[in-house]
Amino acid sequence: MTQQFYVSPEQLMKDRADFARKGIARGRSVVVISCEEGIALVAENPSPSLHKIGEIYDKIAFAAVGKYNEFESLRQAGVRYADVRGYSYDREDVTARGLASVYAQSLGAVFTAEQKPFEVELAVAEVGSGPADDHLYRLTFDGSIADEKRFIVMGGQADKVSETVEGGWQRELNFSGAIRLAMKGLVTDKEAGELPASALEVAVLDRDSESNRGSRRAFRRLDDDEIAALLSEEN
Amino acid sequence: MQDTTANQVAANATSSFTEHLQRNRPGLLPYNQSLPATSAGTQPLQVPHATTIVSLTYGGGVLMAGDRRATMGNIIASRHIEKVFPADRYSVLGIAGTAGIAIDLTRLFQVELEHYEKIEGTLLSLEGKANRLGAMIRGNLPMAMQGLAVVPLFAGFDLPAGIGRLFSYDVTGGRYEEQEHHAVGSGAMFARGALKKLWRPGLTEAEAVAVAVEALYDAADDDSATGGPDPVRQLWPVVYTVGRTGARRVPENDLAAVAGAIIEARTTARREA
Repeated sequence: MTQQFYVSPEQLMKDRADFARKGIARGRSVVVISCEEGIALVAENPSPSLHKIGEIYDKIAFAAVGKYNEFESLRQAGVRYADVRGYSYDREDVTARGLASVYAQSLGAVFTAEQKPFEVELAVAEVGSGPADDHLYRLTFDGSIADEKRFIVMGGQADKVSETVEGGWQRELNFSGAIRLAMKGLVTDKEAGELPASALEVAVLDRDSESNRGSRRAFRRLDDDEIAALLSEEN
Repeated sequence: MQDTTANQVAANATSSFTEHLQRNRPGLLPYNQSLPATSAGTQPLQVPHATTIVSLTYGGGVLMAGDRRATMGNIIASRHIEKVFPADRYSVLGIAGTAGIAIDLTRLFQVELEHYEKIEGTLLSLEGKANRLGAMIRGNLPMAMQGLAVVPLFAGFDLPAGIGRLFSYDVTGGRYEEQEHHAVGSGAMFARGALKKLWRPGLTEAEAVAVAVEALYDAADDDSATGGPDPVRQLWPVVYTVGRTGARRVPENDLAAVAGAIIEARTTARREA
């Protein structure tokens, strides 16, 4: 009979956390910034069709770094959760807080019970009527949840990127300012000074989508031309 | 083992909200109730019914309009009901039949389209949307057999083809593409007569609105379950147009002017029928 080695729970959790962190650190960063006009979500992502940023519901968006298949399945689960909730109660009863706590529970369950933890870090953003009413939640692989203010930076170089964004953030930023600031952050660790529009994935949550676009759905993905135009604007 | 897991994942991957509900929350579907069988001699269930919906194509797309009356037997159940809804950015849906189920089906259809768009990251094709709606109407067939039928009219802008198209359905979910114009509901035969005379190819959007309102006026004239324009309460039909830029609700002011012009013309003509 083979004897099972004893591994202390502390060691087991530490190993899993290290494993997940390593996986996430390989990925490129994502920045979520709350600003005057709404919330801007910016990711370095050369693929035009495999998204790191997605719409969940009217005012709620999702951003992730890490393993694509893992965060994509979480995104789809989030859309299902939100749609079922909105359909059975009402559209306004779908909140980022509810969604984030469901994510926290599933990530926590996977972290402790499954063979391998998810190598992902998520952001759930909900746009409010003013920057103070925005909700930004950061979720990590072990199910920890944090309520952030102003911005979230996730991914491999999060510390460096975060420094730059912190330095440039102001309440009065508009979308183009916020996106340029995010991009400035994303290039901090690179020799090349610029990222082309095609290497960026950008989406926004409009604060006034009802009055501006006549749509409850605040999420809007920007195409390459729009991104290029925003980046070339002078501030 | 690997293979079965992969198969399982693939089998569970669905972009359809209805399928998701069917699998996980069947109670939430509007048509998933088993009703007691009606025995001969019992009265049919008294629930509000919604009536005439007209739809017609015009130069830049397609238009749909519905009156505002719901009836329950010979009683007017509501003067404010809306029977035409945007399904998504490029399509609209009008409903005739049992109002309660029809409104829930509409809500489900709206979520279905949005859900697909969010999961897949792309819009469903117009044909795809029309088929999806047909499947949902078929799902309601057991209820339809008990007298709770829903008959929708679906219209949308086909982006690749660059034209507006419209589809009618029967209670079994059969889908029929209509040319030029169509109407459903108890006042439909009168509305269709009017559409036949008033419709012509290449109408402008404004002309199309006038044609639709006049067709509804004729339906309301002869069908007691269809409500006409109501200048006292300032109630006008609900009219949506769908073109290349998407669905748009025609503002109340425009409808008041159009309906006013029709009422005035008929008053001046002083004709009985």
